[in-house]
Amino acid sequence: MWSYIARRSIQALFTLLIITVLCFLLTRYSGDPLAQYAANPRMSAEDKAALRERLGLNAPLYVQYFKWLGLAAQGDLGQSFFSKQPVGEMIKQRLPNTMILMLTAEFFTVVFALLLGIISAVKQYSLADNLITSFSFVGFSMPIFFSALGLLLIFAVQFKEWGLPYLPTGAAVWDKSDPVEYIKNLILPVSALVFIQTAGYSRFVRTSILEVLGLDYIRTARAKGLTNRVVLYKHALRNAALPLVTIVGLDIPFLLGGAIVTESIFSWPGMGRLFWEYAQRSDYPVVLGILLIISIAVVVLTIVTDVLYTFIDPRIKLA
Amino acid sequence: MATSTTTFDIPALGHEEEKKPLTPGQLIWRRFRKHRMAVSGMISFGLLLLFIIGGSYFVSEERANAVSLTDRLSPPSEKYWMGTDSTGRDIFARMIYGGQISLFVGFTAVLLSVTLGTLIGGLAGFFGGWLDVILMRFTESMLSIPQLFLLIVLGKFIGRNIDTITILGKTFSGSVAIVILVIGFTSWMFLARIVRANVLSLKEMDYVSVSRSLGASNLRIFFSHLIPNTMGIIIVSTTLGLAGAILSEAYVSFLGLGIQPPTASWGNMLTAAQTFIQKGSWWMWVFPSMFIVATILSINLVGDGLRDAFDPRSTRHL
Repeated sequence: MWSYIARRSIQALFTLLIITVLCFLLTRYSGDPLAQYAANPRMSAEDKAALRERLGLNAPLYVQYFKWLGLAAQGDLGQSFFSKQPVGEMIKQRLPNTMILMLTAEFFTVVFALLLGIISAVKQYSLADNLITSFSFVGFSMPIFFSALGLLLIFAVQFKEWGLPYLPTGAAVWDKSDPVEYIKNLILPVSALVFIQTAGYSRFVRTSILEVLGLDYIRTARAKGLTNRVVLYKHALRNAALPLVTIVGLDIPFLLGGAIVTESIFSWPGMGRLFWEYAQRSDYPVVLGILLIISIAVVVLTIVTDVLYTFIDPRIKLA
Repeated sequence: MATSTTTFDIPALGHEEEKKPLTPGQLIWRRFRKHRMAVSGMISFGLLLLFIIGGSYFVSEERANAVSLTDRLSPPSEKYWMGTDSTGRDIFARMIYGGQISLFVGFTAVLLSVTLGTLIGGLAGFFGGWLDVILMRFTESMLSIPQLFLLIVLGKFIGRNIDTITILGKTFSGSVAIVILVIGFTSWMFLARIVRANVLSLKEMDYVSVSRSLGASNLRIFFSHLIPNTMGIIIVSTTLGLAGAILSEAYVSFLGLGIQPPTASWGNMLTAAQTFIQKGSWWMWVFPSMFIVATILSINLVGDGLRDAFDPRSTRHL
């Protein structure tokens, strides 16, 4: 076990190193981070050159990279060119908002997926199953902006027009002291995410339950005279839910990055929107910082999920 | 996996009078035909193609890009079947030409990503050793970054370097080429992994050793034995990848990084819809979305059917 973890960790470090090189090259050359000063009449050409020199933007590329990597290894992600704030601080401000949005969505996704998955597996080929399967196929083929804009149109715009109680279109003013308003703002983005994600997950749960229901131990349990309910919830579901753990474990780090599109549509002040806003400004320290944090989370949680899985499912042995 | 040698274990065939052995292609078609959802997916995709390609004979491209400020934001009517957008362009005409761009981008991007995935996965599996380690770590690195983030960063990176281009007398904003490159470069990783795994097991097969002992070169073994036997996986992955590529195009164009107006694409038509939906212009959202969903859905259904047809042992999901 320990040798497995050690080997995976070394591999992971190597992967992360490649990621930093890749991301540094891509973000550093994705535009001029000082473009905001281009039209500034108070700055002469010499001033701009001096600023460039002072910020180290003229140094050879590998010097810039290792300087960034050295600082990042110590937890310093540098400073934004635009907002002049430390990148670490900016991420810390946005992270809780993203986590609230994404974890709420993930929670409801898992609940609904289990519910729909169980119904459609137990009543295989029934009307309910066919409906759920069609829903999951359609949802799976849907871009998130379809559900997001659709919900916005119905529950925010049309409901207002019809004089019904309506939901806000986005968190224009951000006030955490008002929990009711906060939750109201949360409803639409969460629903948009849940709608799309449930589609894929429920299909997965269905397949997984059907697979387990065909196994010998289920037949044994039935032969013992146990009720369907006990067989399903005590015997089948436990094993059927195992693969779901992997999926959720592997999805969580990707949630960290937030949903760029969802957050943009609903003006949700999370990481995804932060990334998108600063990517447009070519403010590479911010973009790079977010990418680094997400990839570390992905790499680490992949190993954690694999190891955890051996505890949940003793049949799996790590080699 | 779907090798061409496993074609006779289908029970249904046993009962029939065998006149002539069916080719693997015919067998796959037979199994595909039985998959009702897949066939309906194929039919609806055919109808979509008919609309997109046939439509351009009835509606000119000028009409799709013609601005008419007096008619801006008008709901569907007899003159404008699907309404107009914020500058008064006819959404019906833009659906046709936008669809052409979206599908063109999808097809070419998938071609690029399948080529990359097959080559990278194939080389890593075939040669092994250091090449394998480096290529697979690279694949894993790319997989560790969420695709949309990668699309944005790569889009900005390539975006600086390409101006407008002219192909076949048509001027594309360079954005079309950029979007194709960006999607192609960010979606080959899963295929690379599957191809590698498949090549790893195939290269230990007897017929490969025989071929080698007969003096076949690496190049020959790779292209005439390993790749053809991986074709099933590649075709299925291409189909599902096409759906992914069209979705990705919609995403990047939606964010304003992709295809630039006045050239229409289903994705960038929705960008404007985002602003005007708050004023109740539902038609700007409904039509492009419907077409995107219908396209992706039919391609996914076909892909699902193909997967079952190529590999009869895989569990049927439907």
